Amino acid sequence: MNAMLLNAVPLASQVINLCAAIMLLLGFAMLAQRRVLTLINLFMLQGLVLFTSTLIVALSTHQNHLLWSAALTLLLKVIALPYILHRLIRRLSVKWDIETLLNIPTIMLIGIALVVVAFNVAQPISQLSGTITRATIGIALACVLLAFLMMITRSKAVPQVIAFLAMENGLFFAATSATYGMPMVVELGIALDVMVGMVILGVFFFQIRQQFDSLDIRHMETRREP
Amino acid sequence: MNFYALFAQLLELVVALVLAPILNGWINMCRAWLQNRSAPPLLQTYYTLSKLFHKDVLLAHNASTLFRAAPYIIFSCMALAAAIVPTLSTDLIFAPAADAIALVGLFALARVFIALAGMDVGTSFGSLGSRREMFIGFLAEPALLMVFFTASLISRSTSLSTIVETLAHREFVIYPSLAFAGVAFTMVSLAENARIPIDNPTTHLELTMIHEAMILEYSGRHLALIEWAASLKLFAYSCLGIALFFPFGIPEAADPLSLALAGATLILKLAVGGFVLALIETLSAKMRIFRAPEFLGTAFLLAVLAMLVHLLLETGQ
Amino acid sequence: MTELAFVLAIPLLSALLLALFGHHRGAPEINSAGSLATLVAAAALTVRVIGEGPLVLFDEQFFVDPLNVFLIALTALVGFTTSLFSRPYMRVEHDHGRLSVGRLRLYHSMFQMFMCTMLVALSTNNLGILWVAMEAATLTTVLLVALYRTPASLEAAWKYFILCGVGIAQALFGTILIYFAAERVLGPLGGALLWTHLDVVKGGLEPTVLSLAFVFLFVGYGTKTGLVPLHNWLPDAHAEGPTPVSAVLSGLLLNVALYAIIRCKVLVDGALGTHFAGNLMIAFGLLTVVVPSFYLSRQKDVKRLFGYSSIEHMGLITFAFGMGGPVASFAGLLHMTVHSLTKSAIFFAVGHAAQMAGTQMIDDIKGLLKRSPTIGWGLMLGTLAILGMPPFGVFTSEFMILTTAIKHYPWAAAILLTALGVAFAAMFHKVQGMVFGEPTVRPLAHNPALLPVFVHLGLVLMLGLWIPPYLAEWYRQAAKLIG
Repeated sequence: MNAMLLNAVPLASQVINLCAAIMLLLGFAMLAQRRVLTLINLFMLQGLVLFTSTLIVALSTHQNHLLWSAALTLLLKVIALPYILHRLIRRLSVKWDIETLLNIPTIMLIGIALVVVAFNVAQPISQLSGTITRATIGIALACVLLAFLMMITRSKAVPQVIAFLAMENGLFFAATSATYGMPMVVELGIALDVMVGMVILGVFFFQIRQQFDSLDIRHMETRREP
Repeated sequence: MNFYALFAQLLELVVALVLAPILNGWINMCRAWLQNRSAPPLLQTYYTLSKLFHKDVLLAHNASTLFRAAPYIIFSCMALAAAIVPTLSTDLIFAPAADAIALVGLFALARVFIALAGMDVGTSFGSLGSRREMFIGFLAEPALLMVFFTASLISRSTSLSTIVETLAHREFVIYPSLAFAGVAFTMVSLAENARIPIDNPTTHLELTMIHEAMILEYSGRHLALIEWAASLKLFAYSCLGIALFFPFGIPEAADPLSLALAGATLILKLAVGGFVLALIETLSAKMRIFRAPEFLGTAFLLAVLAMLVHLLLETGQ
Repeated sequence: MTELAFVLAIPLLSALLLALFGHHRGAPEINSAGSLATLVAAAALTVRVIGEGPLVLFDEQFFVDPLNVFLIALTALVGFTTSLFSRPYMRVEHDHGRLSVGRLRLYHSMFQMFMCTMLVALSTNNLGILWVAMEAATLTTVLLVALYRTPASLEAAWKYFILCGVGIAQALFGTILIYFAAERVLGPLGGALLWTHLDVVKGGLEPTVLSLAFVFLFVGYGTKTGLVPLHNWLPDAHAEGPTPVSAVLSGLLLNVALYAIIRCKVLVDGALGTHFAGNLMIAFGLLTVVVPSFYLSRQKDVKRLFGYSSIEHMGLITFAFGMGGPVASFAGLLHMTVHSLTKSAIFFAVGHAAQMAGTQMIDDIKGLLKRSPTIGWGLMLGTLAILGMPPFGVFTSEFMILTTAIKHYPWAAAILLTALGVAFAAMFHKVQGMVFGEPTVRPLAHNPALLPVFVHLGLVLMLGLWIPPYLAEWYRQAAKLIG
């Protein structure tokens, strides 16, 4: 009976659901990943999935401004940011494996708990949504929370930044999936902020390494007073 | 419930018994090709089996009855498992018994016996292998159950026949959850069948082997039965994978024509599946035993994700 | 219309100009001139809004009503006085070799950019642009906090970026949820992120979504306001950045973040019809008052000390807006004003004091009064004012908040009084040691700019004794808006 209900869902929606599921999977993969380079590639992949889903939403609902945001995603998250990150990694010559503050299985279990929380939170919203992609808002929230988890369990600067960008991916996904995208001017502003933030951080990495001889944030905790 | 159902059931059993060693041979052939070696013949497993059946059984002095009974128990468990997975038809006489959870239990029963038999004689390798086997099983079973739960959530039943019927006879719908579950299932089957990332079926290197370590003390027809059971297990898992994730072409009826058609599709799918397995085994390296929890943990995670994704994306539309 | 255009364009143009010429000797003067021009434009805008009522401008993307016009005026004023203060301050830093010419250019340009982002955040009608402006404000201040490039300042900037980045991401999710709820009512072309439109239909917005959205927005903008438990960045950022930046962070940025929360609260209250948002604000406001007051006595760095004091006051204001009602909201707005003025005045004095002593450690700064009576008195009076001594304006607003609390939440009033008492003891003790005693400090090479300190304190004193009727009327209107 369930399958019969599903049959009513159009193909575009199914593909978007698939994208959502892959987003979630990539979120977990990033959480578990130990190598920085692979992490960047996963981030790029997530951007690609985001681009695909935005494009499909745009085409299937004839929301032309979403085409622009899809192009923006492609340009920024699939090409520009991974390129910058790769360059940074090369120039900083940081190829080490990332240490996590907790062991990975524990992080995974916490991640699953977060996904359950996100799904529960999103349940009432999903039921209200009129868009073809309504069910994905829970996944988007889960992606945001997973990126958040990644941010607090990593001790190095570069993975933290990737986590930050992944969080932004999740938010963007929420915006496209729940509402067919925010107004264009807002999206442009967000993209600009992300870009500028990235450039600032790029400069920062060099400063941090110069001062601490490492990009390990734990070296910074000299001032850990109240 | 008729003559055809009975016939289909018997046919499935026979097909399983016959095809299982061939599947094994096929995988070995593909592996040899992929690794640029000259391949053993397709029926090599049969030759080995018949060689073993003609040999005398050599028992350790302190082997107990359990040691002697275990091969028969394991073999019958696996034969039953291979028979109840709906491959040729869903209209089987054992269909009411073909429950996903029962199937997991059947595999577990075989596992317990093989582990006990491994420890029975008291050699160090035997107990080492048994310990590792139980360790892997302990990690793999929850993941396998989760995969089944996902499939049962979709079809609202834990009966394998119903699952296959629901999944096979629907319009094309993308289930992200099934994709996840499929990957998880593949990982679990690799571990359960002692394939490469977890165990190497061709090695007798003492530090790495799991399955082989347990059966070192067996010889003659006992060994033949266990080897046959192992290939049956692989066959059962392959059929299970086909039934859950590629069920197209499995008929509900059991008339000869559809059975023949189903048989042809089955062989085709098995051939492809075996090739893919050989490919995976060629491309990946065996991981240290301590990495196994991570591998199976990932499988479990995927299976749980599959379930969660199903609950969120595919219900309540 | 032209006034607002000037208010927004002048800082932006100044920022560009200073990016080009910020390394010249006259850069501080350009900076002050730009800020003065902004202040004039803001004053003109204020007069216009008082005369003509709320304005909606630029394709409805910007609007000015009594609530934000008073914050715009305050921001422009404190921005101007800070730029006056930073002239001698930055010259001394340059002479001490702590900042190169290139850094000075960065500082001046980013200071104006920061003003611009705050003014955009305050005047925009679009919740999305509000978010963008807040994020831009974070980015500019990250650069400002890291200006010295010392390990400690880099750490502070990193912490600031990461915490506020995470926080502001939550706020974006909240914004998306609001848009999601509004789009169902207003349609995709109905300007579903425009606050004025939302305000009209707020009763019809989906309550579950809005309450969830508010939680996210509150966490997000609350991080930037410095609400406990997401306040960790604030003392570090205040301590490690240049003092003018500490002054604008405390005096202005926290206000702007709080303003964002209040705007959202209005919508959520309208949609829910319950006191959900208020209760959340009361709980976290109370926590934010209590926790830092116990940290105050453990501080060794004077700028950290006042950073914690800022957290405490933000908690108090959040608490006041949480209670709501005409009196509490009035008090909250008044407290925002007087806290901005007082705290920036204190930071001006502290900045000079730290330059005289060559350190920010409280134990190493002694006898300010003997070396420079004006700085000493400025710091002492500022501290007394911020601690809520009559007749300063902080006393008035705290008194109003406490009396309202006693009426509606007597248990909370008791907690507040205890926390304020603890804060008083800790801070007064520390500042007393700095002001009196045998001097360890040297006179400054450049004349300190003390006019801003006393102008601010004078205004605070005036607000304590007499609130000009038009200002009171303005507060009342804004308070009515907040509800």
